[in-house]
Amino acid sequence: MRLEPRTEPSPILLASIPAAAILATMFIAALLVLAAGAEPFSVFAQILRGAAGSQFAILETLTRSTPLIFTGLAVAVAFRAKLWNIGAEAQLYIGAIMTVVVGTGSLPIPGTLILPAMMCAAVIGGAVILYGPALLKTRFGVDEVVTTLLLNFIVLLFVSMLLEGVLKDPMGLGWPQSEHLPKEARLPRLVQGKRLHFGFVIAIACAVGIWILMNRTVLGYEIRSVGHNGAAAKFLGIPVNSTVLKTALISGGLAALAGFSEVAGTKGNLTLDLSPGFGYAGIVVAMLAMLNPLAVVPAAIFVAGIFVGADAMSRTAGVPSFVADVVVAAALLTMIVAVLITRFRIRRG
Amino acid sequence: MYEALEIFVTSTFWVAVIRIATPLIFATLGELLCERAGVLNLGIEGIMTAGAFAGWYTVFLGGSLWLGVGVAALTGVAFGLLHGFLTVPLALSQHVTGIGITLLATSLAYYVYRILLPEVDSPPKIEAFEPLPIPILSEIPIIGPALFAQTPLTYLAFVAAALLAWFLYRTPAGLAVRAVGENPAAVEAQGISVTAVRMAAVAAGSALMAVGGAFLTMSAFNSFFFEMINGRGWICIALVVFGSWKPGKALLGAILFAAFDAYQVRLQPIIGDVVPYQIFLMLPFALSILALIIMARRAGYPNALMVPYIKGKR
Repeated sequence: MRLEPRTEPSPILLASIPAAAILATMFIAALLVLAAGAEPFSVFAQILRGAAGSQFAILETLTRSTPLIFTGLAVAVAFRAKLWNIGAEAQLYIGAIMTVVVGTGSLPIPGTLILPAMMCAAVIGGAVILYGPALLKTRFGVDEVVTTLLLNFIVLLFVSMLLEGVLKDPMGLGWPQSEHLPKEARLPRLVQGKRLHFGFVIAIACAVGIWILMNRTVLGYEIRSVGHNGAAAKFLGIPVNSTVLKTALISGGLAALAGFSEVAGTKGNLTLDLSPGFGYAGIVVAMLAMLNPLAVVPAAIFVAGIFVGADAMSRTAGVPSFVADVVVAAALLTMIVAVLITRFRIRRG
Repeated sequence: MYEALEIFVTSTFWVAVIRIATPLIFATLGELLCERAGVLNLGIEGIMTAGAFAGWYTVFLGGSLWLGVGVAALTGVAFGLLHGFLTVPLALSQHVTGIGITLLATSLAYYVYRILLPEVDSPPKIEAFEPLPIPILSEIPIIGPALFAQTPLTYLAFVAAALLAWFLYRTPAGLAVRAVGENPAAVEAQGISVTAVRMAAVAAGSALMAVGGAFLTMSAFNSFFFEMINGRGWICIALVVFGSWKPGKALLGAILFAAFDAYQVRLQPIIGDVVPYQIFLMLPFALSILALIIMARRAGYPNALMVPYIKGKR
């Protein structure tokens, strides 16, 4: 087999690629559902209904997509610079810790400023925790994939330690959870009585902001150049290492906002199961969006819809909700193959 | 203080060290083989999970233990071939593909587990491998039980390390594997297919990872539960760097790491009152990062690691 670059991919091909990836993924999903002894089309219909069949379902999907937009953006920015940040999970939890620490009033901050202060603290925390691996990469050549992955485990244990120690809720009946945030430290809800909160608006704003940063600023140009061809970027006089470090600060801060919005918006406090893998799912979101910040929003909503829909479906259809995790992983792999096909012809020999 | 040192002279400690080291040895050797051929395999964590499940389930269905090991290895080969196909001929990003393989293999294992055993709350148990003491040798004080009274899979891990070293350094095929990891164009010039060598190395390496996972469900424990691999795969990636891509050093690294892990568990009851237990649990991960930092400068990365080979492109 041989890869031959396409000089000019046709617009029809470009448009049909995501569709082909989704079809291939649905085919895999159908096989999985058959293996569970259920009928694929009725299961798909139930997933769709569970994700978008009612106002409640749609709001629930958008709520679930909020942290995924943040982690998806974090990964998209980092991967653009070929900074392999697999540690969005750790940055998310650091963001959540900072949110709780500031939000429960450990600093004398007036009520109106408390939310911005929590947000800043979260961003700083997440940025710092990714700065470490980025510095190890630029200074000592330590592969950031492994360090960021290992940090995920360390940070989760750190959260567990805090929740059984200094951050423990005295009213928590022994559960490892933090105190609940006071009302003025909670993000306002977008729809009365529903879970969707202002974090979603912040997420959309971040997506637009990151798109502008990446496509309309010098730093964005530098980030893209470093990722595209580090040697050429260096030759052009772009400070490669400092660009990587700046990328790390942005990426870590974005992932930390997922923790901020989950604590201040959705949950109200910090627990050990705050993130059911939002950090890892962020990688899938970013790849589905082909690292385009604006496309991260629909990609996150799509992935969130699969999870929310599968949860609803598994309660009635008897297909385990893990089907969502398999489908999302399969979507990642089919998508990267689909993107490859737009760039190359695959020839025999 | 005396208590903390006494641990080292108990034979149960060293038995635990070798037991903890076994899955790490298998998986580290597997990753080493992939990376020597120039392919980073981040599917390791998921492949270990899938191997742990496949081996255990085979035995649960009534298959023999060795059949379980075989099924686990084949599961590894299947995911290895998928990773190999996507990263070698298709030249896709090894990072992204590997993470995708981990997500896919892990969630598939969980999904199949839930389909096959929908009702169970506590995971069913199997008759796991029993220790197989070697006569006379196992009676040597302290190291005897540790080295010669283990389960058969542990002996296999040591044999695998020796075989891999022999293969890489003493056989033409091993030379081909090392060469595609250093200078693939030179290998192609000899009329050997880079694609075939890399695919084979990734498939075989993934089989070793899967057997490492299977050790956990079929020897160290006797059932499968969620998140049982718990980062061991990522630690093995650090161990490959720590062992400078050499099987012997990787083996020693795995044992050293396991000794540290076994020691922290035994230290917990002694100083656990002053130090939260989470600190102890963090240490293996922190140690891996430290090992990476120490070794980074002198690490002899295979030259073509993570560089896809596209024929005719220079």
